[in-house]
Amino acid sequence: MEIVGQLQKQFVDFSTSLYGEGFLDEQYLQLQKLQDESNPDFVCEVVSLFFDDSEKLLNNLATALQQQVVDFKQVDAHVHQFKGSSSSIGAQRVKNMCVAFRNFCEEKNLDGCLRCLQQLNHEYFLVKNKLETLFRLERQIVEAGGTVPVIVA
Amino acid sequence: MAVEDIGSGCSSSGDQEFHVLAVDDSIIDRKVIERLLKISCCKVTAVESGSRALQYLGIDGERSSLGFDELKVNLIITDYSMPGMTGYELLKKIKGSTKLRKIPVVIMSSENILARIDRCLEEGAEDFLMKPVQLSDVERLRDFMLRGGEDREVVGCKRKTRDDSCSSSVLSCDRDHPLSPISVSAMAHCKPISKRSRLLATD
Repeated sequence: MEIVGQLQKQFVDFSTSLYGEGFLDEQYLQLQKLQDESNPDFVCEVVSLFFDDSEKLLNNLATALQQQVVDFKQVDAHVHQFKGSSSSIGAQRVKNMCVAFRNFCEEKNLDGCLRCLQQLNHEYFLVKNKLETLFRLERQIVEAGGTVPVIVA
Repeated sequence: MAVEDIGSGCSSSGDQEFHVLAVDDSIIDRKVIERLLKISCCKVTAVESGSRALQYLGIDGERSSLGFDELKVNLIITDYSMPGMTGYELLKKIKGSTKLRKIPVVIMSSENILARIDRCLEEGAEDFLMKPVQLSDVERLRDFMLRGGEDREVVGCKRKTRDDSCSSSVLSCDRDHPLSPISVSAMAHCKPISKRSRLLATD
């Protein structure tokens, strides 16, 4: 199998696993539909914004939870924002972790929140890694002269 | 899932280009809504807060703006949960302004809270969309603007839609439901059923 074919297969298999394992959901597919020749980097741009925003939020969360007196409303506000942005790009596992996190905020459960933050960090860096791999595969396909396969639900 | 021909929308409506003011504190959501609107051939101004929106519309303080026609805004679409001024507060300010109250306002939210939806619709919001907003939602908004943007009566759910799937609704609507005329916008058929029952009860 020539190189483009191999890369394309890798891409399809990898994408399928991301959806299958719940890293990405339908919303990521919706974003793909908004990308075209006039906006060929749309998804990558949105995801980059998500990466920057997320890392800020994770830092803000860590800081907020380290305060002598934790302001759970503020923590919740950050998590709410993170839930929104992860939902907007289809990062399903991150979003779900945010939902759990918000419950602990409501209960003002500091231990629960700290555990969630840890898990949230984990899920975020996992999906970041996976998305970077996905974008890398796309670039390799294009550089090898191929077209990126369209993933259909 | 077929690949949609997203390029066709721009040519079909002739010269009409709508100007939408999008308000959202999330940079990610601003980028997405901007793209959704541009694909639907709308001119977009995206701002990050209610106060910036009011500044743009020319009703902050006494500044009485450039001629209103110059920045004619056909629709305002705003997030509900924003720091400072919420989308609801922005809605109230717009509806409370003689200059701006005719501009239709659509609220977006990631949280499906009936009381919130009710409050917004009662304050005069045209529609309430669940996030993440889909292309079909924006296409519906475009249809609404094409119809003159002032549809305030609806009988039943006989609205003509290109795409009948209700991606932003909580519950699918029962289209055989014999609704008497209610004074909400034609787009509001996507409201949760309990909201519709409550409206019927007051008729």
